[in-house]
Amino acid sequence: MLTRANLFGALVFVAVAISALFLPPWLVSLATIAFANALVVLGLVILWRTGLVPFGQALFYAIGAYAVALIGRYTPIRDVFVVVLAGAVAAGVVAYVIGFLLARYREIFFAMLSLAMSMILYGILVKSEALGSTDGFHVEAGSFLGWRPQGALRNLALFWLVLGFCAIAAWVVGVYFRSVAGSMAIPMRDNEIRVEFLGLSVDRLVHLKLVISGVLAGIGGALAALAVQHVDPQMAYWTTSGGFVFVTVLAGAGSVAAAFVGSLAFELVRSIAVALLPGAWQLILGSALLLTILFLPEGLGSLYSRLRRKPAAPKEQPGGPS
Amino acid sequence: MSGAILSVRDLEKTFGSVVAARDISIDVPPLQTVGIIGANGAGKTTFVNMITGHLRPSKGTIHFEDRDITGLPSRTITRLGISRSFQVAQVFPSLTVIENMRAAAAIGRGKDSVIAQAMTPLDSPQARSEADAAVDLFQIARYRDARAATLPQGVRKLLDIAMAVAGHPRVLLLDEPTSGISIEEKFGLMDVVMSALKTRKITVLFVEHDMEIVGRFADRVLAFYDGTVIADEKPQTVLANPKVQAFISGTKPLNEDALHA
Amino acid sequence: MITAFAIFSDGLVYAAYLFLVAVGLTLIFGVMKILNVTHGSFYAFGAYGAATAVGIWFDRGLSDAGGFLFMVGVAMLIGLVIGLILERGILRLVYGRDEVVIVLVTYAAFLILEDVIVLVWGPRSYPAYQPMVSAGSIDIGELTLSNYDIGLVVLAAALAVAVWWSLKYTRYGRLLTVVIFDREVAAAYGINVKVIYTVTFIIGAMLGALGGAVMAPKISVTLGIGVEVIVLAFAVVAIGGMGSIEGALIGALIVGLGRAAAVHLMPEIELFVIYAVMALVLAFRPYGLFTQPAPRKI
Repeated sequence: MLTRANLFGALVFVAVAISALFLPPWLVSLATIAFANALVVLGLVILWRTGLVPFGQALFYAIGAYAVALIGRYTPIRDVFVVVLAGAVAAGVVAYVIGFLLARYREIFFAMLSLAMSMILYGILVKSEALGSTDGFHVEAGSFLGWRPQGALRNLALFWLVLGFCAIAAWVVGVYFRSVAGSMAIPMRDNEIRVEFLGLSVDRLVHLKLVISGVLAGIGGALAALAVQHVDPQMAYWTTSGGFVFVTVLAGAGSVAAAFVGSLAFELVRSIAVALLPGAWQLILGSALLLTILFLPEGLGSLYSRLRRKPAAPKEQPGGPS
Repeated sequence: MSGAILSVRDLEKTFGSVVAARDISIDVPPLQTVGIIGANGAGKTTFVNMITGHLRPSKGTIHFEDRDITGLPSRTITRLGISRSFQVAQVFPSLTVIENMRAAAAIGRGKDSVIAQAMTPLDSPQARSEADAAVDLFQIARYRDARAATLPQGVRKLLDIAMAVAGHPRVLLLDEPTSGISIEEKFGLMDVVMSALKTRKITVLFVEHDMEIVGRFADRVLAFYDGTVIADEKPQTVLANPKVQAFISGTKPLNEDALHA
Repeated sequence: MITAFAIFSDGLVYAAYLFLVAVGLTLIFGVMKILNVTHGSFYAFGAYGAATAVGIWFDRGLSDAGGFLFMVGVAMLIGLVIGLILERGILRLVYGRDEVVIVLVTYAAFLILEDVIVLVWGPRSYPAYQPMVSAGSIDIGELTLSNYDIGLVVLAAALAVAVWWSLKYTRYGRLLTVVIFDREVAAAYGINVKVIYTVTFIIGAMLGALGGAVMAPKISVTLGIGVEVIVLAFAVVAIGGMGSIEGALIGALIVGLGRAAAVHLMPEIELFVIYAVMALVLAFRPYGLFTQPAPRKI
């Protein structure tokens, strides 16, 4: 579909891709990580719209990352496209399988079961020598369809790779959000019984959400592994999941763009806060999260839509009680 | 089955040692309007819940258009063509009336598979026009852009029924369509609903406490008492039945005659 | 045989520790339906407070027994203050919102408190081994048991009995039981749910701090201890049933003995085993082993 919104989105991605040529390398590296993580956040947005908060999304993130690392360690395959897709498939398969269980849960039970799943993986990674144990292991640079850029050029190539995946993900999720299944987020939160009696299975809708968000987290983890060139069990730990949930709530579930802007803003604020106030950046983040929940329950993204809505004349609420 | 659209045989539902429904056998021919009466706890809602797949019967069979639907999940039964409304209107409070209708119309048009539904856009000209037609038919067009949470009770009930009809069912079960509605509004609401359902050629079973409404809108009445059907005839005949008068409509006090009638 | 006994004794000590940590968490959940991530902070503050108290006390060369009491007292006082601030200052504002939103609020508070610890105590670690050393140890056959560990088990058992007794026989406990059973009914009977919430949260916070305090001599009190403990505590309450005191006890025993068995027999699966049990229990009995699912109101 070539709508105006899609065209605009594509232009933004192209503009960001070109601007990378003129940006300082540290910013490009930061944006690479931020956008890789934004894919995880985008997946969480899909769930958060229905009120589901997985406190174990790092499970899929770590699976994606470790898929890349293990292929690098045990096979001769180095192509970034192949390894990232392998990460996506691995995470997707795991999401599909545990989805049969997880999709039956809501609220804190969903959060807790998801947490347990990710901590199982953490427990395995930490104790398993074959998987690198606590230290994890190094991830090789990889090649782009045979091309092996070095140094700054590699960073640029990787950034473009990440952007490419983001553009595709943004488009796919956009289509999903406008679909019947994707539009059921608020109806499901409002009234599951009605959705069932209209003829859709709520559990299957949740299952689909889990698979999409799992695949996105897998891609994000795979790209992050390539960017950082290292994987370790911390990627599966609950604090990693918590960080993603954090950005999701901050960005809000209003739009696809919010995930990318939110993730970039988060990385920027974090690196600035760590540099300026090394002992207090979590304090700043925690306060921001608290204030967002208290005063902007729909996330920072809703600020933008509020501002945009303002110029329009307030609509008369039609009809009163008869 | 002799032309019946809905055919129920020996239906029974027990919860532990409690029998909520037993020995229910009914054939409903197409386009009939069936009123269901009975005191609270007589098994009316259990009956509706079993037909629409919300409860699995302990015994017995349910056939819809000669197809066995006993124990199928509610969404499959909905897809096959039996829909329902609820005693407490089940709508999406955060959405506006027209958004509620569009969601219902889009789901109804689409397939059972969530994957297929993930690739079908919600917004289509057909779903839009169906939703517009539905709010007109049920006379709630003036509330089009009001959020469902803010609707007056009667409008919410109409929206609930309109959404139930969005998937083009052949049979519709209404669980107390007029509960929570003021007496003055009841007849108006039922007029709107029944004429809309006639236009759509839908067979209706409705649970109702108000005998006047039953008498006016039903072609046939099922009287439930203690989980079973004690009368199944034309409204006038059923309402004149002494047992019904004693146990359900309360027009006659309980006495020996009633028990032996 | 020695291994079996070691598993049993290690498991019991570990279970005692887990129970001390989880009991406050499950109490708060049972009464307030809040899955409180901040519980990890209570634990950490308790441990830091205790380590500081131990430092002060033993530097002065004061008596050993008093040192332990001073340590526990300081930690619980800290728990009281933080609990009060959090409940009155933050949680009060979000009562009635979705359960998951409240989890996120406690997560935000947890992040803030993590840095408050850094600001107050700095990044270095605090040893507080003196009470453990001064308690000494006894030999049973080939095994050496620390008296402090035995004390920990006794303390956990005493706490379990005390909580059970106060829920059953004190006025406040019975009020709590009503609130746990049905908040609305409790309010309708004129129970001041607001006060109950504040008091419960503070008690929960003090119990969390107590857990941290008694563990301080056994561990190195350092950054990140709250992060580790909160997931363990979640596992314990999820296994036993969120909101159930007996559940926390059973959950602590299962996790404690399970982990001790893993450590002695198959160290690779030590962590895996805990969370696998948690996932299994959630999968088959989502409301935990010892609580019945609440009837769905449709």
